[in-house]
Amino acid sequence: MNAPGFLSPTGVEIVFLLTGLVTVGAALVAVTTRQLVHAALWLVVALGGIAVEYLLLTAEFVAWVQVLIYVGSVVVLLLFGLMLTRAPIGRSPDADSGNRPVALAVALASAATLVTLVVDAFRTAWIELDRPQGDTQTVGEALFRHWVLPFEALSLLLLAALVGAIVVSRRTTPDGPAGTPAPEAVAAPEARKAQDAQAQDAQDAQEAPGASDVPGAPEAEER
Amino acid sequence: MDFLDVAWRLAAVLLAFLTLPLLVGQAEHKVMAHMQGRVGPMYAGGFHGWAQLVADGVKFAQKEDVVPAAADRRIFRLAPAVALVPYLLVLVAIPVAPDGGVGQVVDAGIFFVLAVLGVGVLGQLMGGWASANKYSLLGGLRTAAQLMAYELPLLLSAASVAMAAGTLSLPGILDAWQWWWLPWQLVGAFVFFTAGIAELHRPPFDAPLAPEEIVFGPLTEYGGLRFALFLLAEYAGIVVVSALTAVLFLGGWHGPFADGLGWLWTLLKTAALSFLVIWTRVAWPRLRADQIQRFAWTVLVPLALLQIALTGVVKVVFA
Repeated sequence: MNAPGFLSPTGVEIVFLLTGLVTVGAALVAVTTRQLVHAALWLVVALGGIAVEYLLLTAEFVAWVQVLIYVGSVVVLLLFGLMLTRAPIGRSPDADSGNRPVALAVALASAATLVTLVVDAFRTAWIELDRPQGDTQTVGEALFRHWVLPFEALSLLLLAALVGAIVVSRRTTPDGPAGTPAPEAVAAPEARKAQDAQAQDAQDAQEAPGASDVPGAPEAEER
Repeated sequence: MDFLDVAWRLAAVLLAFLTLPLLVGQAEHKVMAHMQGRVGPMYAGGFHGWAQLVADGVKFAQKEDVVPAAADRRIFRLAPAVALVPYLLVLVAIPVAPDGGVGQVVDAGIFFVLAVLGVGVLGQLMGGWASANKYSLLGGLRTAAQLMAYELPLLLSAASVAMAAGTLSLPGILDAWQWWWLPWQLVGAFVFFTAGIAELHRPPFDAPLAPEEIVFGPLTEYGGLRFALFLLAEYAGIVVVSALTAVLFLGGWHGPFADGLGWLWTLLKTAALSFLVIWTRVAWPRLRADQIQRFAWTVLVPLALLQIALTGVVKVVFA
């Protein structure tokens, strides 16, 4: 094997760089576009690009988990939230908070920190990609032999977040459970047990009359 | 693995992708008709109306390509492809016969198929949002809610099989499979198959489409070829979910004369499960959106967790 160098990149390295460019581009569009749902869809491209980068580094397991969790669940959750609240077709200038300079500063600072950290941590470490480096068995062994404590600590953190989410969503007001519109609750008493489902159904019902003028309306103004 | 070998495998997968969903579609025409005491399409092509599907395809292709004026054009046009392509990718990883009878061995096969299946739903979401139609938006909402509810039991029940086999690779699971896994993983099989049907929005879980209620959900504004692509995605989804259930829980190629006839066993099991999917459509009325949610969280998730516990206990005690 030749000594690694920057001057004669292999095919994998070229593809890696190109995918990285696409990923960064998609991420930039996702934060700069003024169309909310488009931002979520560009996020799919960015997250998918990262999955491809993992694949190119032969970390197959991490790549599929990336697709499963981020593209399959997080973005769907995001789209669900957008559609449930407001998802107009066309631009939504009111969604701009005016924090662009601050956001830019934070993004640059965190990027600088991460890049410095990663470059400093790995310096001249070189991974041979001839054989898979991140297949399921390797990841499993590393995770449950060497990194058990951080792994368990993370799951504890997630549990705390979960409990917190439940507490926030079940917070009661003097009148009754928050976010439970009365008419639907009376109309479907048998649904009361499944509170999540009911709340969501009620929101479905609420959305129906208003939904007709939400999408398309700004578009019409524009034209 | 030379070029010719790869090309041959991909061609076989493409062929399966182009024919099996159509076969399921035709089977649905006829099975539903006979279950409802009628004969279904009988004239096109002569023998039991076999060419009706071809005629339908020609009709779809001839229709005008309509995009609603208020729609987000690019996303509206892209959505059917996003809905369809994942199923093609999934078929690549499903093993059909022993000793390399698979499009491509994927190390973390279960994760690959479930991850890519989840992406397919994005197509319906995109279509539902981009149509600029309140019924489409409602359908999209229900689609997203349903996906999030049923992804968990689907993953948990698949994880149970992976635990039993000690591998995430689909051919690896089949290599480890024994006949007594059938009763052992029965609950998991039920959860996986039911959650799979729910992710496809097949009746009785078709509240996102619900033709009598919200027109046709995310697909309301679609017509012609794009609608046909969505339909094709649904049938391809039936094939994929049935094949996955057969591989994970029914032993895939295992059966008498598995060495020579393994592929036939896989196809037979897939066909039987596809028949079951069609049967449920005829047999059960549609569940309400809240009933669908309750069924996922209060029935399927506990059952899946129970199955995982059972798998773990048996694995530890007998291994």
